[in-house]
Amino acid sequence: MGITQILFWFLSLLAVGSAAMVVVSKNPVHSILFLIVTFFAISGHYILLNAQFIAIVNIIVYAGAIMVLFLFVVMLMNLNAESEPQKNRLMLFIGTIAGASLMLVLVAALKQSDTTTHLIQMGGGNVGLIEQLGKALFTDYVFPFEISSVLFLSAMIGAVVISKKED
Amino acid sequence: MFLSIDTAVIIEKLALIAVVVVASLVIAMYATFAERKVAAILQDRVGPNRAGPFGILQPLADGLKLFFKEEIIPNFSNKFLFILGPSLAMLTAMMTGAVVPWGDKIHILGRDFSLQIADINIGILYVFGVVSLGVYGIMIGSWASNNKFSLMGGLRAASQIISYELALGIALIALLMVTGTMSLKTMVVQQQAHWYSWNIVKQPLGFLIFLICAFAECNRTPFDLAEAESELIGGYHTEYSSMKLGFYLFAEYINMFISSTIMICLYFGGYGIPFFEHTVAAHCGTNWLAFWHILTLLFKVACFLFFFMWVRWTIPRFRYDQLMNLGWKILIPLSLFNMLVTGAVILFHQYGWHF
Repeated sequence: MGITQILFWFLSLLAVGSAAMVVVSKNPVHSILFLIVTFFAISGHYILLNAQFIAIVNIIVYAGAIMVLFLFVVMLMNLNAESEPQKNRLMLFIGTIAGASLMLVLVAALKQSDTTTHLIQMGGGNVGLIEQLGKALFTDYVFPFEISSVLFLSAMIGAVVISKKED
Repeated sequence: MFLSIDTAVIIEKLALIAVVVVASLVIAMYATFAERKVAAILQDRVGPNRAGPFGILQPLADGLKLFFKEEIIPNFSNKFLFILGPSLAMLTAMMTGAVVPWGDKIHILGRDFSLQIADINIGILYVFGVVSLGVYGIMIGSWASNNKFSLMGGLRAASQIISYELALGIALIALLMVTGTMSLKTMVVQQQAHWYSWNIVKQPLGFLIFLICAFAECNRTPFDLAEAESELIGGYHTEYSSMKLGFYLFAEYINMFISSTIMICLYFGGYGIPFFEHTVAAHCGTNWLAFWHILTLLFKVACFLFFFMWVRWTIPRFRYDQLMNLGWKILIPLSLFNMLVTGAVILFHQYGWHF
């Protein structure tokens, strides 16, 4: 087993394990911290695929911004296992069935997909490097890219406008 | 194979990492000393002068004092997270140094030895990512203390850092449009050409925004509302004692040091020697050139650190609403304006009036 494979298995175990801990752990703050670990493991996978830009943007956007907001809200609410209302049996039952059917759909979809021809080359390609990505975004996908950036810009200006209205 | 790096590279990188970590620790240590001296000079006092000649052993004495203090972990705190908080603050402060080019290269034992730990092609984004993780140290520590005032301080710090990150990012976009690269090394090399090719000449407004945001990201005065002791006891580190408190205080100084280096690399020519770059390069060997480069970088860093301290002892603290107003209503529109103007100028430069 080469270093790449060892890293792959390590990161996969880390991602799956901490994702499981997100669901299992009793304290919501711990759940969020495990979710951050999961994002880091996924970023590690991106780096293994030589997609540095996606890896770092994943960290900046998810671990650096969105998870901070999650943490903010959970810390302010101060959720506890004691104060949490007890869930009844019916809810548990329905939740189990819903989760299991989602799992079934995902497994079925994965089984149908063609895994041999679309395997991504580990570390070989330079598709994920920022130059390639920039060229693809500004030539082939320029219209959706511009539309989504206008959307983000208007959201940001909207935030400023809302904060100005208050006073 | 993809990851088959030869052993020599691993050893030289490890050595470089060790040197950079130790150097940033020592510089941060003496930054605390310099801070006290600068404060003393600005307030017409003498400052620390007991430990060693001119008090230069004062940082060691401070460190020893912190180590020997009683370590208190509050009963109702979350013990693991309580320890994780300051460790994360320290870790994220040290990680940024990995992409800074400390010099060009040195030549030892017939090998060229790059003075940059990792020249990745997303260099400045890596810095941005690590900076955005810096919030966690403060937030986790403040929450784990199980103290309302700590939590308030932590939330203040976090919301401030998130707000100023936006303006910082947009100011950076304008700079990236000018330089056309994300690698810090390439940026430094670009700025070496003439004395007027420093990016501050092309991006004065961007630099101003970046500077203000850097102050806010480091939680320095006038943006140190997270530790406003008149309102919040001690801020997010109220419950901390001993070296865990030391880690938080120390992380601030390392952040100052690293953000100064980043600003120098982005806007002030990095390790490039102003005016004499080509003369020195022509007369020195590789190793001496690297020596002068590192010295120049350290000199520029010292100027910036002095500026940080000067501002701290000159400008009073903002009120919280003023801080948020400055971030959202002034800096973000200003940085958007800067970005638009930069784009227009670049287009005009390329196509003239025919675009």
